[in-house]
Amino acid sequence: MISTQPRALRPASSPVVRALQHGDIPYRGVIALSALAILGLVVGVGVMLWIYSEPTRVAAGWSFVVETAWNPVGEVFGAAPFILGTLNTSLVALIVAFPLGLGVAIFLAELCPIRLRALLGFMVELLAAIPSVVYGAWGIFVFIPAFVQPLGDFLMNTFGNPSRFPFLPILKGPFFGASTLAAGLILAVMILPTISAISRDVLLAVPRAQREAALALGSTRWETIWQVVLPYGLSGILGGIILGLGRALGETMAVTMVIGNVAQVSASLLSPGYSMASVIANEWGESRTPMYASALIEIGLLLFVTSLLLNIVARLLVWSVSRRNPDAGGGRA
Amino acid sequence: MSTPAARRWTGAAARERKRRLVNILMLGLTGLATLLALVPLAWILAEVVARGSSALSVEFLTQTFKPTSLGGGGIWHAIVGTAILVGLASLLAVPVGILAAFYVVAHPNSAMGLAVRFGTDVLSGLPSIVVGLFIYTVLVIERGYSAWAGSLALAILMLPVVVRTTEEMLKLTPQSLREASLGLGAPEWKTTFSVMLPAALTGVVTGLMLAVARVSGETAPLLFTALGSNNLSVALDKPMASLPLTLFKYAVDPSKTRNAQAWAIALVIIVLVLALNVGARLIAMWRSRMMR
Repeated sequence: MISTQPRALRPASSPVVRALQHGDIPYRGVIALSALAILGLVVGVGVMLWIYSEPTRVAAGWSFVVETAWNPVGEVFGAAPFILGTLNTSLVALIVAFPLGLGVAIFLAELCPIRLRALLGFMVELLAAIPSVVYGAWGIFVFIPAFVQPLGDFLMNTFGNPSRFPFLPILKGPFFGASTLAAGLILAVMILPTISAISRDVLLAVPRAQREAALALGSTRWETIWQVVLPYGLSGILGGIILGLGRALGETMAVTMVIGNVAQVSASLLSPGYSMASVIANEWGESRTPMYASALIEIGLLLFVTSLLLNIVARLLVWSVSRRNPDAGGGRA
Repeated sequence: MSTPAARRWTGAAARERKRRLVNILMLGLTGLATLLALVPLAWILAEVVARGSSALSVEFLTQTFKPTSLGGGGIWHAIVGTAILVGLASLLAVPVGILAAFYVVAHPNSAMGLAVRFGTDVLSGLPSIVVGLFIYTVLVIERGYSAWAGSLALAILMLPVVVRTTEEMLKLTPQSLREASLGLGAPEWKTTFSVMLPAALTGVVTGLMLAVARVSGETAPLLFTALGSNNLSVALDKPMASLPLTLFKYAVDPSKTRNAQAWAIALVIIVLVLALNVGARLIAMWRSRMMR
């Protein structure tokens, strides 16, 4: 809007309007408040979970983390089976997803024709868009019977025999499908896009000159990637892996639906287990006593603290790469 | 021809062959990894479409809950529930997210600006079940399960997506636009709302679409907040049904009818989520072509 009225003839703004810099002071206040709300939420989550987990924190202290018995009726609450279950499933997921995700990232960043890069990258990232509960349903009805069951049977029959392979208790039977293995494999699919997207951005942030120098010295493309590009982006890739791990730790529905939900400490990947997130989701409806609810909230608190720490480490690592080469822009998840 | 120099040369040739072989092998493996990564996507989509479409019908979409003995009914109550929960969550998350993004862009290097950026990252990495527990302790203990509580939990999950996409888009908006407006004497808030925001609008819209896509399939946080219900309800202070919760309940139900219905719900959710993701991507592509 262009006003035809000369400036001088307009009524002067009132002292209040001027003192507020024509609305800029309240505006700055409002955006600062919104920004503060985000920080407040992060802090608030920690504080509330801390407060409401008091009954079990006071009653059990640190032994909550190492106690292996989980007997809500007898008011014995030990989180060890769930912590181990979360660690096991996440490790399986990482072992499967890391090489695959890195391969995808290398292909997309170094080899793929530029036209295909966006499309393929988008398709891999769609894996992250599929809701957890759909993964769970697919796991129950398709993935376990069609893939995990035969794989597990094979592993159990080949390596699970304790007299032939006494050093492989992780593949001991019996095996009924729902298991740590099934949960770990589904998690692998779910965290693959996180690892590949971040690693790809990190690789794209490696300066061209690094590659050109290596190629000029006579390296093959693989040698350039393996000996120059990957070491340069190593900390960023590590950050991507840690973010993937963070996602695996907190994943709830898919794991709940395929892990079997048995609170036991077992060395075997083929036996049913339980994870921290899935015990909260699965037993919440039953937690009628204050101690029971508090135990579940304390498990939530542990999840919060873990994911906070993992995020801090991962962001620092990813930032360290993108900051070294700021104009490349990549690196944020 | 067997001078030492020539022998050394044939050794070098063998080494050279090995290097080339390793090169081709490893590059091929990365391509294979990419193909392998697309297998689960194709597999899941194919199963959801095949199994879901057979249980999907107009009655299924428009009827409300019925016991399996009466045919099982439909999911209209869950569709309405999800629309209300996600709509309300958007109304809560979008203004706060946009304003926070303006803050982050205005203070890129201050301690507070960095802290907020980091807070956004932490929030987006937070397990959704933890957010659900948080809302439970804040709201549900006092007032009971409600649609409000569910929407708030979803809003917290949407917030980082809105902040980040708005922020990215604001950074791409030419600085000269802002300077021109400020140079004409417009106050900062007016510059923000009538110059910067319209210029970044496509970014805000794609951000909202991605955020909606992210939360419309969220199940875990709703377990302790909106709880779920078998009735068609629009009351915000009562428990409310939603698509993902119903999918979860039906998938773990022993009844075959319910299992088939679970696949139909999965199809509805997948179509919604994919449409939002593809739409957001198309808008972003269209936008970057316009900018060029």
